[in-house]
Amino acid sequence: MTDTVTGAVSGTLAPPAAVPGTPVRRSSAPPGTVVRHRTRRLAPGRRLPYSRLAGPLLLLLVWSLGSVTGVVDPRVLPAPWTVVHTGAHLWVSGTLRTDIATSLWRAAQGFAIGLTVGVVLALVAGLSRTGEALIDGTVQINRSVPTLGLIPLFILWLGIGETFKVAIIAIVVYIPIYLNLYSALAGIDTRYVQLSEVLRLSRWQFIRQVVIPGSLPGFFVGLRLGVTGSWLSLVVLEQINATNGLGYMMFQAQNYGQTDVIVLGLLIYGIFGFVSDSVVRLLERRVLAWRHSLSS
Amino acid sequence: MAALLEQLAPSSSVRIGGLTRSFGERVVLDGVDLEIPPGQFVALLGHSGSGKSTLLRAIADLDHGASGSGELLAPERVSVVFQDSRLLPWRRVLDNVVLGARGKDDEGRNPVERGLAALAEVGLAGRERAWPSQLSGGEQQRAALARSLVWEPELLLADEPFGALDALTRIRMHTLLRELWERHRPSVLLVTHDVDEAVVLADRVLVLDGGRFSLDLTIGLDHPRSYRDPRLAEYREQLLSALGVDQDDNHPAKEATA
Repeated sequence: MTDTVTGAVSGTLAPPAAVPGTPVRRSSAPPGTVVRHRTRRLAPGRRLPYSRLAGPLLLLLVWSLGSVTGVVDPRVLPAPWTVVHTGAHLWVSGTLRTDIATSLWRAAQGFAIGLTVGVVLALVAGLSRTGEALIDGTVQINRSVPTLGLIPLFILWLGIGETFKVAIIAIVVYIPIYLNLYSALAGIDTRYVQLSEVLRLSRWQFIRQVVIPGSLPGFFVGLRLGVTGSWLSLVVLEQINATNGLGYMMFQAQNYGQTDVIVLGLLIYGIFGFVSDSVVRLLERRVLAWRHSLSS
Repeated sequence: MAALLEQLAPSSSVRIGGLTRSFGERVVLDGVDLEIPPGQFVALLGHSGSGKSTLLRAIADLDHGASGSGELLAPERVSVVFQDSRLLPWRRVLDNVVLGARGKDDEGRNPVERGLAALAEVGLAGRERAWPSQLSGGEQQRAALARSLVWEPELLLADEPFGALDALTRIRMHTLLRELWERHRPSVLLVTHDVDEAVVLADRVLVLDGGRFSLDLTIGLDHPRSYRDPRLAEYREQLLSALGVDQDDNHPAKEATA
């Protein structure tokens, strides 16, 4: 990163190692030597294609090696191919297909409701003082109550069927979406407000062309948290109160000591989470093309 | 109402009488009188906190938080250029320039046509599709000027528009602003604390001090003016002493006595 201008070295009391033409380390350069620093690049370099897969693939490799060499006890963690084999078996002759479909449907419903509610509440609270007064405090209280703690109450209210599961997922999803979108809407730069006044924008134009586009970065932060949250709550819900779905499948496997089925369920959850997060990222990159940051 | 008053007083673009503005206990403008004839290029100098920006905001009708009184008459079409370009980062340059513009002008051009013409005028032809973040500071300020042109203003208010630019870019922007003024002839009120900028650009320089004008100086030199013109020195000296800057010992007497 640093190199010495050799001409200057040869002219001063250079240590014997510093033969002209040989790179001299900065620490060994005598005082008075001209040391030229190259600028260190602080931003990470270009992103490699598919680099986000590298970590998971490495993990898979370590897991496979552990299984092949016998370091990992198959009763603790079955080999990857065992899990794949179990998956294929359950897909063809078991309930895996319906379990996946059920889980996906629950997550999708909860997410869609949570997204809608979060966006609508944030818009009302972020764009009108009345809305803010009525909604924001209420949501802040709701936020501080652990949502999963509401499960017993919701079961009593809504029964143990699908409704309560979807409701819990929706709550977990709407909170981060609301919080981030609301703070982005409320925190719109006053300089842009002033500009809009000078340009005589109507209230609708101001909202449509300044406030909403300006709050999209915040919205995407909330959206990603919401997507993750929907999977997270799904896992919990399906393991405690379900008769089908991936979590139920894993719960049953626990009773019969089928480690491979548990690992299979975890893998599928992981893949769902990874894929949905990637979709949101892709969408974010499209929509926020005007942003030039480290992640672009 | 405003149009009627304008018909009664066609000789001035801006007319202010006894304008007072205060924020809480602090009186920022203390009975300001000002008349700007149509097409006059006025620079407004003053220390920070002297009320320059408050006056500009009052004329631009942006001073919601202030209380005050007085008569204020401004034209219908007013454009404002800020110190920062204030381009919306999520809109491309052309979309920023035409933001809020609607309807056709006298020549029947729609906003986009006017925007393209304005961008060409400030030397940004070909950058219409760029994002604001892809422009340099000077280019962003050019785009801001183009945005104000689209409105075909009768009055252009500029709040230290070149304050954040480097010295060379600033000189180039001075030339551009003067050219645009020659072509469109709006009245201009340029708030600045750069004495050189004021004497090179303006036909008339006002110094605001303690909420009132302490100097109203007409600069009778032809354009284009050179920064090297020795005749500017005299005006500069007058302005600096009005601002309380002593040229001999170079420390602001204002600060010492205050």
